[in-house]
Amino acid sequence: MSDDILVMRGITKRFAGVTALHEVSLTVRRGEIHAICGENGAGKSTLMKVLSGVHPHGTYDGDILFEGEPCAFDGIRDSERRGIVIIHQELALCGQLSVAENLFLGNERARRGFIDWNRTNHEAQALLDRVGLRANPTAPVNDLGVGKQQLVEIAKALSKEVSLLILDEPTAALNDDDSQHLLDLLEGLRDEGITSVIISHKLGEVTRIADTVTVLRDGKTIETLPAKGLSEERIISGMVGRDLEHRFPPRTPDIGEEVLRIEDWTVHSPAQPDRVVVDNATLSLRRGEIVGLAGLMGAGRTELAMSVFGRSYGVGISGRVVKDGQEIDTRTVRGAIRHGLAYVSEDRKRYGLNLIEGVQRNVSAAALDKLANRGWVNENEEYTVAERFRKSMGIRTAAVSTVTGTLSGGNQQKVVLAKWMFTDPDVLILDEPTRGIDVGAKYEIYSIINELAAQGRAVLVISSELPELLGLCDRVYALSEGRITGEVSREEATQERLMQYMTRGQS
Amino acid sequence: MTTKTAPAPTAVPPAQSRRFSINPRQSGIYVAFALIVVLFAVLTDGALLQPQNISNIIVQNSYVLILAIGMILVIIGGHIDLSVGSTVALTGAICAVLTVQWGLPWPVAVLLTLLSGALIGAAQGYWIAYFGIPAFIVTLAGMLVFRALTLTTLGNQGIGPFPDEIRALANGFTGGYLGNIALGPLGGADLVSLLAGLTFVAGFALSQWRKRAARLGYGQVVEPMPVFILKIVGVGVVVMAVVVQLARFRNLPWVLVLLAALALGYSLMAGNSVFGRHIYSIGGNLQAATLSGVKVKAVTFWVFVNMGALAALAGVIFAGRLNQAGPTAGMSFELDAIAAAFIGGAAVQGGVGKVVGAITGGLIMGVINNGMSLIGAPSERVMLVKGLVLLAAVAYDVWTKRRA
Repeated sequence: MSDDILVMRGITKRFAGVTALHEVSLTVRRGEIHAICGENGAGKSTLMKVLSGVHPHGTYDGDILFEGEPCAFDGIRDSERRGIVIIHQELALCGQLSVAENLFLGNERARRGFIDWNRTNHEAQALLDRVGLRANPTAPVNDLGVGKQQLVEIAKALSKEVSLLILDEPTAALNDDDSQHLLDLLEGLRDEGITSVIISHKLGEVTRIADTVTVLRDGKTIETLPAKGLSEERIISGMVGRDLEHRFPPRTPDIGEEVLRIEDWTVHSPAQPDRVVVDNATLSLRRGEIVGLAGLMGAGRTELAMSVFGRSYGVGISGRVVKDGQEIDTRTVRGAIRHGLAYVSEDRKRYGLNLIEGVQRNVSAAALDKLANRGWVNENEEYTVAERFRKSMGIRTAAVSTVTGTLSGGNQQKVVLAKWMFTDPDVLILDEPTRGIDVGAKYEIYSIINELAAQGRAVLVISSELPELLGLCDRVYALSEGRITGEVSREEATQERLMQYMTRGQS
Repeated sequence: MTTKTAPAPTAVPPAQSRRFSINPRQSGIYVAFALIVVLFAVLTDGALLQPQNISNIIVQNSYVLILAIGMILVIIGGHIDLSVGSTVALTGAICAVLTVQWGLPWPVAVLLTLLSGALIGAAQGYWIAYFGIPAFIVTLAGMLVFRALTLTTLGNQGIGPFPDEIRALANGFTGGYLGNIALGPLGGADLVSLLAGLTFVAGFALSQWRKRAARLGYGQVVEPMPVFILKIVGVGVVVMAVVVQLARFRNLPWVLVLLAALALGYSLMAGNSVFGRHIYSIGGNLQAATLSGVKVKAVTFWVFVNMGALAALAGVIFAGRLNQAGPTAGMSFELDAIAAAFIGGAAVQGGVGKVVGAITGGLIMGVINNGMSLIGAPSERVMLVKGLVLLAAVAYDVWTKRRA
């Protein structure tokens, strides 16, 4: 057996005239963790789809050698039979079915067409033990958190006797604890002889667990490097093709008086009305200030923001929202918008955009009244507005009529930001504004945030990435189990300190 | 969130797409309609396009077209209404009771009937918008309930005859107020009808011209002048051809005048009003619309109120046409209206569709019905063809979407 478990040579893949992959090569050694890095659109996911047969043999050029043998997969089942399993970014689990049913979906433990439940649950338990997941095999998957669901996916892969495991952004939706556990698990699997290919935007994780790093850019292989001693900056320079000296644009804060104050804010869970999700939180924002809100997943960050914004989340809400010294009514979204609040959701596809409409109609969506006279929309004005934002925010699209569903993540985020800027808010709440956005576009989003603050608006940034909060914010609140557990200024803020606050009061 | 198909963002050269382009999903329906008309014109040796037959197609399909206008808005909003057939029956019965049994003046009776239709819509809209029951269930229940109420109202028998004015609205024609003029080999034609047609075409051309000029003024991309002229001339020729044929027969049917007004008004409302835009945004992404401050519940509610009122209008016209309100009126009209909307380019998930598209979809089915009966095809074959056309239209829609 050769040392290389997988060799991909000269892979070229085109979509309707667009070359997504151009002569890409990838060599993965047996028993290593191989990271693939690159900006969005660099071709990482496409490459993995070629490998796993999602793009079947014949739709691409080039060779794939697995265990030294040429492969011609016609679909996922083909590649899985050879021991190649891909876990997609969006988890492919059926929430209503039990953990055990999910583990053996399409691969049922059955006798003459009837499920053998004893064997199913017994083998499921063994797999769960192997990935270190303490869960009941008969519990519905929906009862588990995202982190645990990710482990179920890995257990499912193990049930297929995987020899090459591909993970597309496995920790994107996980908090630090769950990420940690997942990375430890991958290392454990490596010791058992399972090779992993991991696609990740989180370069800290890459340098921690990978043995080898391959960088893709614009559909081409740029370099393959041993991970030992590799710095994040070195990887980034390969990804963007230039040295990114500063990840954050420079800014001179000009902070005015307090504009918004949230007082004694308490929110209960709509699913379990006796459970407190946000507990007596008080925070304030000043004009021209960028304030961070740090917290682990489940700390109540999004719940706090959405409950303030038109009570879009939660029941049994109490507390006061004070703007410019006066209590305001934010019980409806319209009321919140009227009082100058804006909320940019963490999930722009679900909560931010009308993906089947163009840029123009999305930009106007939250302030259509501004473009209307007695209920009739002036489409020419609307066009002008959209065109203005397209230019000023650098939304890269052919025209403002381009459907937003076809834009890249960074451009979609700019459209959502443009929508809210058009409402001319005094306070913007940005929930994970750079999630799933590549390094270059992140810089642009940061510049936009700085610009918003420079215009005298207050910005509250919610983020899971602590370096982002440290690089961007004048002040950071830490949230733990629904309570504000700390507040640190830019000067005093360190990751360690924030992490202490974020985990305070947790068992 | 890495991209799934990963085309590099720089792959689209901006210069290229600044050009004007035609959307195949939207224009396909009109091409299909033209082809179907030509096909049946040939198959029937021109009988399809005879003055009386054109008049028949319009009058026979008017109520389905009116329902289709309401239905497309419901579908754009991401819902469905299965109750409209029963609503047509119930409102027809109400109108009959008000005029025939109570002897109310016809304008009062029609107004009260439209109001009762709006109330029916409001009742269903409440459960859908404010209570959160899926429209499929609420209107399925409505379909049964309103049919039952129809039977109760009518006591299991037909009520008629209707006042002449209501019959004229459904079946009648504009008068020859200015007499006829000779059109050479075509013979005499009604001057009022011709003038109305010309006014319509001139108004269309003028409004399109002003729209184009305004867009140019704002520096937007517009269709090239030859395409623009071709569009105006095309619409003008088709409209005038229909009007001339009708003027040669018995002038313009009143329902055509009504339909034209509804089509125009609702097209403007859907495309250019804040309310119309909100319907599209709700159907396109409910959560995003909610978080953008759209009054989702109120908009949904009023869409169903509107559907109810339009169903009542269709009910009056259908009853007036038969000169009797019957217990089986409007059977399966909901399916015709829904099919018209989907043939006309609506998307099952909502957020997409046009009023003119739905009307064209309804006319496609009307022409198939009429053309096939002219060539003597049995009704089961008509049904078969209509079913396949619906499937083909939606398949085409899905196919173009997938290619995009």
